Amino acid sequence: MSALKVELVAADRRVWVGESSMVRCRTASGELGIMPGHTPLLGVLVAGDVVIHTAAGNEVATVDDGFLSVEHDRVTIVAEHVNVTSSIN
Amino acid sequence: MGAQMRVYRQRIRSVQATKKITRAMELIAASRVVKARSRVVESGPYTHALTKALSALATYSNESHMLTTEVEQVRRAAVLIISSDRGLAGGYSSSVIKESEQLVQRLRDEGKEVVVYLVGRKVISYYQFRHREFAAEWSGFSDAPQFAHAQEIGERLVADFRMEYDEGGHDEVHIVYTRFKSMVTQEPRVIRLVPLEVVEGEAPDKNDVLPLYAFEPSVDEVLSALLPKYITHRIYTCLLGAAASELAARQRAMKSATDNADALIKTYTRLANQARQAEITQEISEIVGGADALASA
Repeated sequence: MSALKVELVAADRRVWVGESSMVRCRTASGELGIMPGHTPLLGVLVAGDVVIHTAAGNEVATVDDGFLSVEHDRVTIVAEHVNVTSSIN
Repeated sequence: MGAQMRVYRQRIRSVQATKKITRAMELIAASRVVKARSRVVESGPYTHALTKALSALATYSNESHMLTTEVEQVRRAAVLIISSDRGLAGGYSSSVIKESEQLVQRLRDEGKEVVVYLVGRKVISYYQFRHREFAAEWSGFSDAPQFAHAQEIGERLVADFRMEYDEGGHDEVHIVYTRFKSMVTQEPRVIRLVPLEVVEGEAPDKNDVLPLYAFEPSVDEVLSALLPKYITHRIYTCLLGAAASELAARQRAMKSATDNADALIKTYTRLANQARQAEITQEISEIVGGADALASA
């Protein structure tokens, strides 16, 4: 199965780039999980946690309101402030 | 020691002290400008993502948003002027102020009322000294702006823009700032922030055609969430560019000040040497003259 290329971007820097099997985040209309092959999407994020599942473990980041875009297995999560809280190995 | 020589020595010492200061400022600016430039680069990915999302939205949304609609009759225009907090940066502040004066004049000639917003102590004192009105001012961060500063400015501008004309709202917003072209060239520039012209420069890659996005919750809601972010980010990149320009201008100004100090020291050293030699010559001729007088007596 192909993997997602995930990019986590804050206003002043690129926070994290890597491959992932699934991304979870909170959008304006609820919790959203994205796996490879997802339809192109542009959604508004609300403040909350973003969880990126990687082979090495989960990457957890807290974001304030931002947005995410999904296309061709490329996920871009953009928020003004991104705070990487933990990476569980 | 002759009086003339003492004067020259004093001058040399004073110029040397000044040179130390300008040299230190040059080095500080040189090290900070590297940081400032890397911050400009670091803000790139966000700009790219935002620009791409907005061009997708612009393609799919037919709804015209307040922030993108051109008003037929512009009655009042806002101008945000970004200058520095401190001087000693050559013509940096004065050139951005000159540019803004031209813009304000042009807008007035077009029959628009102009409201100014100021960033940086230099332009604030320029306005205060001339007892001119301004709507708001921010200062204290011109050489290292944070995103929070841009947010503060952006919120104020968008809030004022949204107001009705009678309550003091305006119809368009311009920014005057200094664009960082390279270490040796920085040019003052005017951009129109609102109504938005999406997007400058970055043409999307030819190989990725915009896919058919699903929007969540809806096209228009995504658009109204993203547009204020775009404005704030535009302001942020302007602030970053202005900071890099300021530091580069300061480095250059201080470099030439140090060079001038070197030249001055050289001139004064020559003059001091000349004075010393003149003194010695005079003493010798006095001694010779005295000996002659004694011998002939």
